[in-house]
Amino acid sequence: MLERAQVVHVARLARLELDESELERMAGELSSVLGHIDRIRELDLTGVEPTASTAAAPDAEASTGAVMRADEPVPGLTQEQALAEAPEPVDGSFGVPSPGPVE
Amino acid sequence: MPDPTSGFEPVIGLEIHVQLKTRTKMFCGCELSFGDPPNTHVCPTCLGLPGALPVVNARAIDYAIRIGLALGSKIAHRSIFHRKNYFYPDSPKAYQISQYDVPLCSGGELGGVRIHRVHVEEDAAKLSHIGESGRIHGSDRSVVDFNRCGTPLVEIVTEPDIHSASEAHDFLSLLRVTMRQLGVSDVNMDEGSLRADANVSIRPVGSDQLGTKTELKNMNSFRFLERGVDAEIARQSELVQSGGEVVQETLHFDPGSGRLTSLRSKEEAHDYRYFPEPDLLPLVATEDMLASALAAIPELPAARAERFELDLGLHPDRARDLAFRKELADYYEAGLAAGDGGAGADPIELANWIPHLVERIGSDTDPATSKVSPEALAELAVMVGAKAVSRDAAREVLTLLVSEGGSPAALVEREGLGALGADEGGGLAAAVDAAIAGDPDAAAKVAAGNMKAIGPLVGAVMREVKGRADGGEVTRLI
Amino acid sequence: MSELTELSAAEAVAEIRAGEVSARELFEAYRERATDDELNAYTWVADGPPTEMPAASTPLAGVPVAVKDLFCTEGIPSQAGSRILEGYRPPYTATVVAGLQDAGATLLGKTNQDEFAMGSSNENSAFGPVRNPWDRERVPGGSSGGSAAAVAGGSAPWAIGTDTGGSIRQPASLCGIVGLKPTYGACSRYGMIAFASSLDQAGPFARDVTDAALLFAQMTGRDWRDSTSTGLPEPIELPTAEDLRGIRLGVPADLLGDAGEDGTGIEPGVRASFEAALQLAEGLGATIETCSLPHAPHALSAYYLIAPAEASANLARYDGVRYGLRVAGDRSLEEMYSRTRGEGFGAEVKRRIMLGTYALASGYYDAYYGTALKVRTKIAEDFRAAFAEVDFIVTPTAPTTAFELGAKTADPLAMYLNDYLAVPMSLAGIPAISIPSGLSNGLPVGFQLAGPAFSEGRILNAAHALERAIGFDGSAVRAGSGVHGA
Ligand SMILES: [Mg+2]
Ligand SMILES: [Zn+2]
Repeated sequence: MLERAQVVHVARLARLELDESELERMAGELSSVLGHIDRIRELDLTGVEPTASTAAAPDAEASTGAVMRADEPVPGLTQEQALAEAPEPVDGSFGVPSPGPVE
Repeated sequence: MPDPTSGFEPVIGLEIHVQLKTRTKMFCGCELSFGDPPNTHVCPTCLGLPGALPVVNARAIDYAIRIGLALGSKIAHRSIFHRKNYFYPDSPKAYQISQYDVPLCSGGELGGVRIHRVHVEEDAAKLSHIGESGRIHGSDRSVVDFNRCGTPLVEIVTEPDIHSASEAHDFLSLLRVTMRQLGVSDVNMDEGSLRADANVSIRPVGSDQLGTKTELKNMNSFRFLERGVDAEIARQSELVQSGGEVVQETLHFDPGSGRLTSLRSKEEAHDYRYFPEPDLLPLVATEDMLASALAAIPELPAARAERFELDLGLHPDRARDLAFRKELADYYEAGLAAGDGGAGADPIELANWIPHLVERIGSDTDPATSKVSPEALAELAVMVGAKAVSRDAAREVLTLLVSEGGSPAALVEREGLGALGADEGGGLAAAVDAAIAGDPDAAAKVAAGNMKAIGPLVGAVMREVKGRADGGEVTRLI
Repeated sequence: MSELTELSAAEAVAEIRAGEVSARELFEAYRERATDDELNAYTWVADGPPTEMPAASTPLAGVPVAVKDLFCTEGIPSQAGSRILEGYRPPYTATVVAGLQDAGATLLGKTNQDEFAMGSSNENSAFGPVRNPWDRERVPGGSSGGSAAAVAGGSAPWAIGTDTGGSIRQPASLCGIVGLKPTYGACSRYGMIAFASSLDQAGPFARDVTDAALLFAQMTGRDWRDSTSTGLPEPIELPTAEDLRGIRLGVPADLLGDAGEDGTGIEPGVRASFEAALQLAEGLGATIETCSLPHAPHALSAYYLIAPAEASANLARYDGVRYGLRVAGDRSLEEMYSRTRGEGFGAEVKRRIMLGTYALASGYYDAYYGTALKVRTKIAEDFRAAFAEVDFIVTPTAPTTAFELGAKTADPLAMYLNDYLAVPMSLAGIPAISIPSGLSNGLPVGFQLAGPAFSEGRILNAAHALERAIGFDGSAVRAGSGVHGA
């Protein structure tokens, strides 16, 4: 069972504002899903390599070779395009609330 | 007042970010730029638009491998990109693509400092504080420009092998010239293409334990690096002396006040939730890639300095001064290779003339762009070595060469600056006689064996012949 | 239903080429149906055919296609079913969509979906649920519910969607149409708004296997903008097989056992339809064998760690800075982030972001995400071992037929379990198709056929042969869409 404090901590990491009822519901739902998931922790996986992706690596047999791009410019966006959807455009830049002194 | 740092040994490791001088960004085809209008070198990828994907820039990897090879690192056949998650306006995807547990390069050494690792990553955007916005009242605003976002970076992490601020400075300057010579970066601290953070701890002298370290950020010049590290060593020493304990934290160096401010303490430490970047495949460094990177590595400053010292007999400081500025070293070696009048210049003599040239053309000028050809400087060195011109006169000749160019022999001829020998026209002998006659007291002392008294006589002779004589020759004649 | 929209896409291409049908008129006929759609399958419909129609000689000859909302389309809303992207018009077009347009497809509309492709019922869309054309009180499946409903309901000749853990196959199954999830890497993901990058794949929805092959052939290819894309080793040909002689079909006992107690059990009607299809396959010359996928029962658990973990990072970019929704936040940056994301994301998305953030968090990584990656390795090995014995693995696509709207919304785990049979293939990155095998209580049942990586050509051929034997007919439902309620 997930503690409320854990849910609050994870929500903060994820920058998600959750109200009281959401927090409570989330704790229950996540606990139920994790309860199901927890079964995989009983498997014996010693010596098993992780698979983060099934995409063929460039040195794998199934590979199609190079996966890097040449250092050549590719046309991008204009400033106007870049800012077309911006909630707070400021003289060609994206405005945000100041994050405080320094991160 | 006793030095509070006595009895403690500082232990310093550096984390250095170097912007690579590729044409385009690390993961997209936008061109690198500096000082252009904001958000004019951007695309879906570096703006973190929905659906956009990163693709690795092959040249950035080539440069990173060059760096690894130059530092003697082991290059991983397969390295892995990870996502480093954090929310901040300078990070459009809210994660930085970096490397984590399997970096491109591991190990190595430079200037006696061991290298822990070198990995590839992307730079953040530029966030500027603009104060209170006219549009949104009463609130403090910042603006983000994504032109810099995605610039290829290598992060070089040293082992904690550095034990003073000046060693840190020396290491960083060696690293800078090495990067410059590799041609992979502008390594300009003012423009941010070279940035250094320092991990600093102290321990009692003789101990081999590592103390709690703090991380110093924002030391964006060589001077600030030294000042920041010194300030932190002093702060930690005082703290421990007075019975306190160093807390693990990140400190920001304020060059104005010279003070260090705490950014975040351990409780707030970030949880970056690294995991393998699923949008990129493992990075495979093939034999071909290693071979072509290796072929592109020129002789590096440390090796060149050693060669100048051991093969040419230069003083270690002089060897380093030349080797660490590629343009000086190249110029010097062109002079050594000169034919005709410059042929056979003594390496030490020629090396001694480089600082004189630099003094005249300015330390920011590449001597190859001056009016003094390496052959001309070599010729001058040869003439000095053969005593065909005195050192003082040769300096005058050099001044003339800097302003008009041409051949030193011709200038000596034109200006009548050739050295006067005793057997030559009697000019020098006459000047010596005149000097002895002019200062009989001194002459008597010299005659009595008091060689200290010879100075004023030599001075008088030199004044008379306008420096065209060789000091040793004058002394002998007197 | 107009005669024009009765044509299969392949027939329409042939008729346009022959000069019997005008591509413009075909577009208009579908546009009208899409505009009148009552299933809420569309989030945007074109206001007319393109000014310049593609040449009749192009592979797709101007036949219109419906595109899942999460494919970026330049200047056209691409919202991934989310409030946080409401009204968002991207400045570029996804590679797959651009490729279809180059091949002569015309963009009919954008289809509704579960928010960021997270869901199995299409009830998680910020733009309302999609209804199943077979029964409007039931869900079409998800997350590509809009694409499936549009094709099944006859308002689009075909459509494209994405499958992360069943999001093409399961809605195809619930809507009685064909859906193909290709090998990971067969199609470019560039311009697909990401859910889980190591799993997301684009694929076609179609009325029959031939149409699916025709559309899919124009979707694959290596794209330099997606390093993980490979394309296919051989081009896709239209399927011609009429029998299954010499083909070994493997039925994975581990997945189809009577594990009913936790909801993974397969409905009797679904099982019956599946068994009937196996008999037809045998009649076509196939041999049916039992095979073993010992780790497949753990696939769902691994999936619900890996996909949310990747999603937690993929969805972190929705921060109110460059595009999309921004809420308040004039006081602090932190508050702007949290409120924007708190209000912009729906409940399911938040749940998965929380789950994924937790699975990656310091102290939990090894136990959760790290373990899931190892289970993934075992699952892929299981499939490789199985394919040494059999040509294809077959299962029902989903354990149930279309369920009622709201039936599973209160219980996330029950909803997740609907993808129990689809998720193993996603984790292994292998291709799988769902074709209708018949009806159970008047609702379609899907038959899933999975093969080794890059075996799409063989899968399409086998599915084509089986489809002919099954003889499923969805035309009445296509005719009914937009005309009357159920
Ligand atoms: Mg870094
Ligand atoms: Zn870019």
